[in-house]
Amino acid sequence: MATLKELTHREDRLAGGHRLCAGCGASIAMRQIMLGAGTDPLVVGCATGCLEVSTSIYPYTSWKTPFIHNAFENSAATVSGVEAAFKALQRDGKIAADKKVKFMAVGGDGGTYDIGLQSLSGAMERGHDMVYVCYDNGAYMNTGIQRSSATPKGAWATTSEVGKAQQGKPQKRKDLTSIIAAHGVAYAAQGSISHWKDLATKAEKAFAAEGPAFINVLATCPRGWRSAYNKSVEIAKLAVQTGYWPLFEVEAGEWKMSTASRALIKAGRKPVAEFLKPQGRFKHLFAPENAALLAEIQADVDEYWAYVMGRCGEE
Amino acid sequence: MTEIRTVATTGNLVVAEAMRQCRPDVVAAYPITPQTTIVEEFAKYVAQGRVHTEYVTVESEHSAMSACVGASAAGARVMTATASQGLALMWEELHIASGMRLPIVMANANRALSAPINIHCDHGDAMGARDTGWVMLFAETAQEAYDNTIIALKVAEDPEVLLPAMSCLDGFITTHSIDRIELLDDDTVTGFVGTYQPQNALLDIDNAVSHGCFAGLGGPYFEFKKAQRMAIDRSKAVVERVGNEFTKVSGRDFGLVETDMMDDADVAIVVIGSTAGNVRHVAKEMRAGGVKAGIVKVRCFRPFPHAELAAALKGCRAVAVLDRAESFGAEGGPLYLETRSALYDLESRIPVVNYIYGLGGSDVRLELIHRVYADLSDIASGSAAPSGLVYLGAR
Repeated sequence: MATLKELTHREDRLAGGHRLCAGCGASIAMRQIMLGAGTDPLVVGCATGCLEVSTSIYPYTSWKTPFIHNAFENSAATVSGVEAAFKALQRDGKIAADKKVKFMAVGGDGGTYDIGLQSLSGAMERGHDMVYVCYDNGAYMNTGIQRSSATPKGAWATTSEVGKAQQGKPQKRKDLTSIIAAHGVAYAAQGSISHWKDLATKAEKAFAAEGPAFINVLATCPRGWRSAYNKSVEIAKLAVQTGYWPLFEVEAGEWKMSTASRALIKAGRKPVAEFLKPQGRFKHLFAPENAALLAEIQADVDEYWAYVMGRCGEE
Repeated sequence: MTEIRTVATTGNLVVAEAMRQCRPDVVAAYPITPQTTIVEEFAKYVAQGRVHTEYVTVESEHSAMSACVGASAAGARVMTATASQGLALMWEELHIASGMRLPIVMANANRALSAPINIHCDHGDAMGARDTGWVMLFAETAQEAYDNTIIALKVAEDPEVLLPAMSCLDGFITTHSIDRIELLDDDTVTGFVGTYQPQNALLDIDNAVSHGCFAGLGGPYFEFKKAQRMAIDRSKAVVERVGNEFTKVSGRDFGLVETDMMDDADVAIVVIGSTAGNVRHVAKEMRAGGVKAGIVKVRCFRPFPHAELAAALKGCRAVAVLDRAESFGAEGGPLYLETRSALYDLESRIPVVNYIYGLGGSDVRLELIHRVYADLSDIASGSAAPSGLVYLGAR
């Protein structure tokens, strides 16, 4: 694991001056993960979304490393092709046999949990040597905060409105990390922009693993979460501390709770309300008539926490 | 020295052979009837270690073309194959492949589109992709499918073009029927297509570039599209040139449009694909009966050879266009629309009749073609042309 000093000396492969919002978790996630990726050349493929649209506005690019955007649902398939090309060209002697290149596919939760799930599943099953990173901000933020299957239960979104007949999104979020872990990938992990060292270490492991790897990183969206621009990291930290977003990794099939989450087993988790409270998208949940829904959300968090603990062999 | 090997095999198997001889770096493909024997045959080459190709067995046609886009942008020579629903599923990626100026070559085993589901030949799949910015060649025979696939690659990768190209062959009729085919030797094909010299390759690591950038917000989207239009316009001369070069190595003709018995023809049928064989046969019979019948086969549909088609038809007194595809709500099928447009600039107005035929593999019997020529003879003798399109042989 690289030290902080080493990380600070690595080249930042995402230049400043991009058009992402102040406080956006996506660029923080990218920086932390690419720093952790090491020093080998890195090719990045990115799904349509905030990150793509804000970092590659022709004739500018924020990417100091080879970058490709294809469409929304096919970041994993696109990078499959790039990685396949690398193998073939190396086999044919057009790329030096000892040349090492890393491949990263990126998508938001819409491009990963929803429309890109098939493409991702296919790429993971085929065993391409790539790291897929989902920056999960829990909705289609680029198109205007529509709900995705990553949106938390009870959250307001522009397609899961709050009104007399409905209190935000009725369904629980999909547990994508487990789904990808079930593919038997070399490495799968959940990280958060609030835990940079944990995330950079996970990135290092993911890129070191031979074959497909997956990182699901919680990335605050102040615009969609209706949260303060200067509270992004703090809120992401609360997601971890409340157990809403457990940090864990699955290495060669072995589930392991990461230190920050594991510590909560003894120290205790904060109530999920502390994660929800600073976000305007959950405002309605704190109305007295929604007390039962809030309790239900807490119960969901407890249930998922128990599931992850169980998978990780924690008691 | 070119060595010709004559074999008896199917259209699909020689397309796979052409692909092998073109030495693609990446093939990303998904099986679909009637394309399957192409990808199966290529899988054998992979298993036998006869190709250096990285064969990506994707989970859908959308991912097939997505992976092709990634691989081609990376700097690889890329080929694939599909049909029908698969081509339809790729639709988004077809535009992206051409918009990103990636010279991917794809065989398409022409098959009808659902619904109702059907597995047999028509051109509805390819015609649905006619405005996606791909160069499109159509084969009459398995031999042409082999030739077109090789020609398509050299056209696509030409620095003046850099566009994807489709090599279409009729589902089952051409893909699965056994025919006599002359194959070129590996060295001749490999030498003919040459080595691909990618521009701005993603895997040129030391010169990092970004592909697929955003050109909205007042950006140059419009200008990119104009550049794409200029490229496909330029591709016409390249298709002709490469076709001529191919004739030199193979001894086989290639034309954007191919005419037969047209020098003195009064009546002519314009057709695409395998039906040209039946039409040629019937035209000869008509000639034996005293009707000056001719045939014009369109081998290159994109870019469309308007001038060549007009020149071929200008002496005719009546023309029939056979469309094996619909363009619902339009005045006629896609080939008819192009043909009428091509004839507009001629000084004299030639009556043109549109026949929709053979959808979903509906049989194209000789008597149907006889009927078309008979209609044309009547029109040439002064009878009124039928108003509207004719569904040829529909029950």
